[in-house]
Amino acid sequence: MESLTRPRVATVWLGGCSGCHMSLLDLDERLLDLAERMHLVYSPFMDIKQFPEHVDIALVEGAVANEDNARLLRLVRSRTAVLVAFGDCAVAGNVTALRNPLGDPMPVLARSYGTDTSRIPGVGANAGSVPPLVPKVHMLRSLVAVDYYLPGCPPPADLIFFVLSELVAGRTLNLQSRATLG
Amino acid sequence: MSVTTLTMNGTLVSAAEGATLLAVAREHHIPIPTLCHFEGLSEVGACRLCLVEVEGSNRLQAACMTKAVEGMTVTTNSETLRSYRRQIVELLLAERNHVCAVCVANHTCELQNLAVSMGVHHVRYEPQAPQLSMDASHPRWILDHNRCVLCTRCVRVCDEIEGAHTWDLMGRGRHTLVISDLHEPWGQSESCTSCGKCVRVCPTGALFEKGTSATNKDPHFVTYLKMAREQKLWNR
Repeated sequence: MESLTRPRVATVWLGGCSGCHMSLLDLDERLLDLAERMHLVYSPFMDIKQFPEHVDIALVEGAVANEDNARLLRLVRSRTAVLVAFGDCAVAGNVTALRNPLGDPMPVLARSYGTDTSRIPGVGANAGSVPPLVPKVHMLRSLVAVDYYLPGCPPPADLIFFVLSELVAGRTLNLQSRATLG
Repeated sequence: MSVTTLTMNGTLVSAAEGATLLAVAREHHIPIPTLCHFEGLSEVGACRLCLVEVEGSNRLQAACMTKAVEGMTVTTNSETLRSYRRQIVELLLAERNHVCAVCVANHTCELQNLAVSMGVHHVRYEPQAPQLSMDASHPRWILDHNRCVLCTRCVRVCDEIEGAHTWDLMGRGRHTLVISDLHEPWGQSESCTSCGKCVRVCPTGALFEKGTSATNKDPHFVTYLKMAREQKLWNR
């Protein structure tokens, strides 16, 4: 297939552990097979800083934990035709959202860094060093429209291959009982 | 013993007098999803997953609580029922903190298995993320309210089989909690005999053995007991 007509695929890493991307690498030699059928335009595996325009398919890993995640997610949504929530954090919040019952990021930060706010990154005098945490961690669908859900922690490589193969071929995705949270 | 004849999903089936629709369905290998039902315990109709359509009734009926009646026409699977059952599973997942990936019952959880069988890949409702405690005061087991679906299997097995009635419910609606004795720490309970039946019947990761890490809860003990009894493994 001519490379210009191949679907433009992006993978995005928000508030997650990157385990879903590791599972994507577990496709092993099937990655070569996929590479011939799609055009990877943005990914943590690539040296690219800006999310490009006109993306056909985006796999988005992780929940929205900070303001930078929220900004990037909205940009991804505005430039992408088919957005896939990639893994449990993106689908349901999962481990990233474990802090939500505590109500506010400060108790979590204090638990990790101590109550001395001068030692907490992104807070007080350290503002700007890292993106500020949002008050509550969001699954993707709480902020943007999600086209497909690919659950799993992480989703198994076979399932990722199935999903990418279907979407790259332009088919409608139907996972039925193939996928599970957790 | 008189026999009742009724129609289930268009097929004539026979039932023992007084049998529930759920028992009739199970006997005839007609699948109906359940969560609060546990063979050998009384029925409470708490989870509403076994809802069925009964001709002539404008309400859905819980199959576990409805007795088979002569001439009844029952539908156990329809688009309406499937849609409600999915909704129930999603509401259960949204109500408390069911974080499958770090749960002791991951891959052996009945709630998770129901979600898989119904194709629930995400939850349409905003997670409630309530702040709930865990009770680790018992020397052997832990109660984690975050994973509790209020099926009351633990309450019933403790009362009806062990005869201790250590567990009961406190509060109403989504604030309901399973409590031991008069809401005292489990480890200080005077009625608990430490038999462990509650842990064995819990469908999720709400009750588990200390030292169990994620994905490690063994769900097979009760199945083993039943098999051993049926095959008379203990008879000399």
